[in-house]
Amino acid sequence: MKRRNLLFAILTLLVIWQVGAWLLNEPILPSPVSVAVTFYNELVRGELLEHFLASLWRVAISTLLAIAIAAPLGLILGQSKRLNSLFSPLIYILYPIPKVVLVPIVLLLLGIGDLSKIFIIFMILFFQILVLVRDRAANIRPELVLSVRSLGAGRRALFRFVYLPASIPGILTALRQSIGTAVAVLYIAELFATQQGLGYYIYFNGSTLFNYPAMYAGIVAMAFMGLSLYFAVDWLEHRIASWQFVS
Amino acid sequence: MHPMIQLESLTYAYGQGTPIFQDFDWQVKHGEAWAVLGPSGCGKSTLLYLLAGLRFPTSGQILIEGQPLTRPRPHTGLILQEYGLLPWATVRQNAELGLRVRSFYGPDGKHSPEDFQPVEKLDPWLDRLGLLSVNDKYPSQISGGQRQRTAIARTLALKPDVLLMDEPFGSLDAPTREDLQNLTLELWDEQHLTLVIVTHAIEEASVLGHKILLLGQPPNIAPVVIENPGSRRPDFRHSVDYLDLCRDLRRRMEV
Repeated sequence: MKRRNLLFAILTLLVIWQVGAWLLNEPILPSPVSVAVTFYNELVRGELLEHFLASLWRVAISTLLAIAIAAPLGLILGQSKRLNSLFSPLIYILYPIPKVVLVPIVLLLLGIGDLSKIFIIFMILFFQILVLVRDRAANIRPELVLSVRSLGAGRRALFRFVYLPASIPGILTALRQSIGTAVAVLYIAELFATQQGLGYYIYFNGSTLFNYPAMYAGIVAMAFMGLSLYFAVDWLEHRIASWQFVS
Repeated sequence: MHPMIQLESLTYAYGQGTPIFQDFDWQVKHGEAWAVLGPSGCGKSTLLYLLAGLRFPTSGQILIEGQPLTRPRPHTGLILQEYGLLPWATVRQNAELGLRVRSFYGPDGKHSPEDFQPVEKLDPWLDRLGLLSVNDKYPSQISGGQRQRTAIARTLALKPDVLLMDEPFGSLDAPTREDLQNLTLELWDEQHLTLVIVTHAIEEASVLGHKILLLGQPPNIAPVVIENPGSRRPDFRHSVDYLDLCRDLRRRMEV
């Protein structure tokens, strides 16, 4: 994503928003200027930052957990045809289930604390990473594996020098693809039984206090979080998988 | 002294199909340069994988310096047609991969020779193969010829005594191919290698093989060997003998 294009996109959105606010002329769509003022006030004097950090922490910890658990499993499945064909049906049954439908069950089982929210986001990322890493590992050319084996590599060295580095782009692609879903589900997870997080903040301000500028400030914060996460993945990709971008 | 490579009544079949080799005997002496020539499906790549210890005979055995082959042998180098390089590693990192694998295991005599010293220098190899100027490029950024040079550097840095090559220059343009064929013969001479190169190209077999093993449609039972002493002459590529040999090989392959 080019910086210039990003700036252009933000400007376009602001213009449409402003025009919309003028045309509608209702409290439910305040102008971006008044939202910006509220955003600043809520951030400095209010509790927006706390809610933002609570949400960010939930996303970050579930992402790390998902990578730590799904990537090794994906590697193991990807390099063994037998294990893969054994577990594939299970994965394909579970993978398409929208994890958000499980929110009530997870809340019931894991309680109303952070754990249930983290677990829901974890599940979404887990399957994405598992499937992408598995496919990366399974699609490594046999010539490559044979060549490296002929250099003396056994199973351990193949993992270290072939399967592991081959899976890193898969992990990053999975993260990029699932950030949007993760943030969206975060909102839903934070609607229930919590008083912390952007989901709660947006819902509480919008539906209970009817403080629309504050609600939009929360939405802006959520968009900002998604965008930052996306940029973080992008940055990582250029740092640790730069070979993909050479021509 | 044991021959470098010895096949003793080797039989190899994929599943229940027609065996590719049946009671096949063959010998390669130290320092010989062999080309294995045949049409596709004749089993020449299979033979190479068997020699590399990556596949195992259905029956019979393969001896390398008198020792039965049970796994890839540290002193045997293998170079494949393509896709042998790590796409995420630079030329230098690819070339040092073998040394890193050896350091990873240490001198255990299984993955790496017992006398392995992790001090071997890579730069002379990059220099010898003309790769120093591209050493920080990724495989996708260099030419096909440079990729094969990288594969050669990676293998020779391990000081092999047997070098196995599977259609190594098949995807290269003619001048690059000729260049690398000459380089292969130079290195074979310099490093005292025993060379087995698999190819479907008659010209390549004629130039590189001081002896040529001709394979046909399976099952291969008795080896067909063509002596090619003339190929040691530097101008062989332009001689009448070369043309005669090519014609002879073409005729035999058509049968």
